[in-house]
Amino acid sequence: MTWEWDVIWKYFPRLLEGAWLTMELVLISGLIGIALAIPLSLMRASTRPWVKALPFAYIYFFRGTPLLVQIFLVYYGASQFEAVRESVFWPMLRQPYWCAIIAFSLNTAAYSAELFRSAIQAIPTGEIEAAEAMGMNKSTQIRRIILPRAFGIALPAYGNEVILMLKGSALASTITLLDLTGMARTIIARTYTPLEMFLAAGVVYLAISALIIALFRFMEYRFNRYQYYHHTETPVDLDPQLRDPHIDQK
Amino acid sequence: MDLQGFGHLLISGTWVTIQLALSSLLVGLVLGLTGAAAKLSKNRVARWLATGYTTLVRGLPELLLVLTIYFGGSQLLMWIAGGFGYTEYIEIGPFVAGVAALSIAFGAYATEVFRMAMMEIPKGQWESGLACGMSTPRTFFRIILPQVWRLAIPGLGNLFQVLLKDTALVSVVGLNDIMRQSQVAISSTKEPFTFFMVAAFIYLLLTAATTGFTMFMERLANPAARGNRG
Repeated sequence: MTWEWDVIWKYFPRLLEGAWLTMELVLISGLIGIALAIPLSLMRASTRPWVKALPFAYIYFFRGTPLLVQIFLVYYGASQFEAVRESVFWPMLRQPYWCAIIAFSLNTAAYSAELFRSAIQAIPTGEIEAAEAMGMNKSTQIRRIILPRAFGIALPAYGNEVILMLKGSALASTITLLDLTGMARTIIARTYTPLEMFLAAGVVYLAISALIIALFRFMEYRFNRYQYYHHTETPVDLDPQLRDPHIDQK
Repeated sequence: MDLQGFGHLLISGTWVTIQLALSSLLVGLVLGLTGAAAKLSKNRVARWLATGYTTLVRGLPELLLVLTIYFGGSQLLMWIAGGFGYTEYIEIGPFVAGVAALSIAFGAYATEVFRMAMMEIPKGQWESGLACGMSTPRTFFRIILPQVWRLAIPGLGNLFQVLLKDTALVSVVGLNDIMRQSQVAISSTKEPFTFFMVAAFIYLLLTAATTGFTMFMERLANPAARGNRG
């Protein structure tokens, strides 16, 4: 076996172009996914069965089927219907880029809605009751208490979901998009060096996931600061005027 | 719904998907248990190897693993075999490549599940096993493993669902699974939506069956939770 480093160096800029598209896909579909997931999770957390039913079916379908089927349904499946081909959406649905974004957004919305729902249900009941006692109505409660609290609780799990989305974005290469995996496959078709190119692509994927993990660590530290708070004892020789009677009552 | 005579093709594809998922599950469980044992061992090299394995594999897309093993695997195997003096051509088929890729991915996640489950077992369980005069392996198989099983089954069930859905990726390298067979049907009927929707519902059926089976296994592995009903 001959290992060709030069091929890696020569085509590395092309791979980075692919990595750029991968990150773009993850970011855009992640944002659309969150926007869809918030109303879905609020409906899913409802106690009324007829409100719960629709998001339940949606989440069940998208979590129970492979992402590949979902992408193919959007990219190839939509063209089966005359009505779709003549509608205003057709110029968008014809492009693999938008099909990938639609499929990824719908998929991640289902997974994130489930995460947000469990976060909403993990908010201590006392906090909701306190908001109730303050006289907040339901929409103020959602805006001021439920969503900010659920955001903090869901953050670590959502970081994992973003990593899974990054890994899922490799499927964009199956509908001819030149993302990181697609670019590697194109280069391999020309140079026939599968091990070298896939290894290089793998290293780039690992670098992107390391970046995402670091970003979420930082956000967690920033938004869940109360979990990182350490109480330090007040020095005994502190000027009595600087003491706070509420904190040290000795 | 009119399948235009392609029903048997989809059924044969479903059978291939089930075979692929179960073979990868078996190999993946072995990898996971080995990985967890290595992560908890006193040997520093084994710990490093296992940590490297889980960190690397969990950050790579499954599709990339499948493609690497299918297109690069024979090159790699021939290089290794060449070191032992074997110079014939070695070919890796899509099924073998699929089992290898999916079990490596499953094993990395299963390592974490097994490690967490093993750490949940109180140390006293080990000590009382030894105090009763059992050897370490016997304590492991008689006392620890049945309890690890109970703690690991919910996690493993979720991982198996992921594995089942990832089997669709192997169709990209030409395995005749559900996805591939629906594409064959589509190429002659020109009805992509119908056949991909049928494929989606077959996958839903399989995942639903897996959920049911996991719940049954959970009950089986946890006699205490059954109470006095059984």
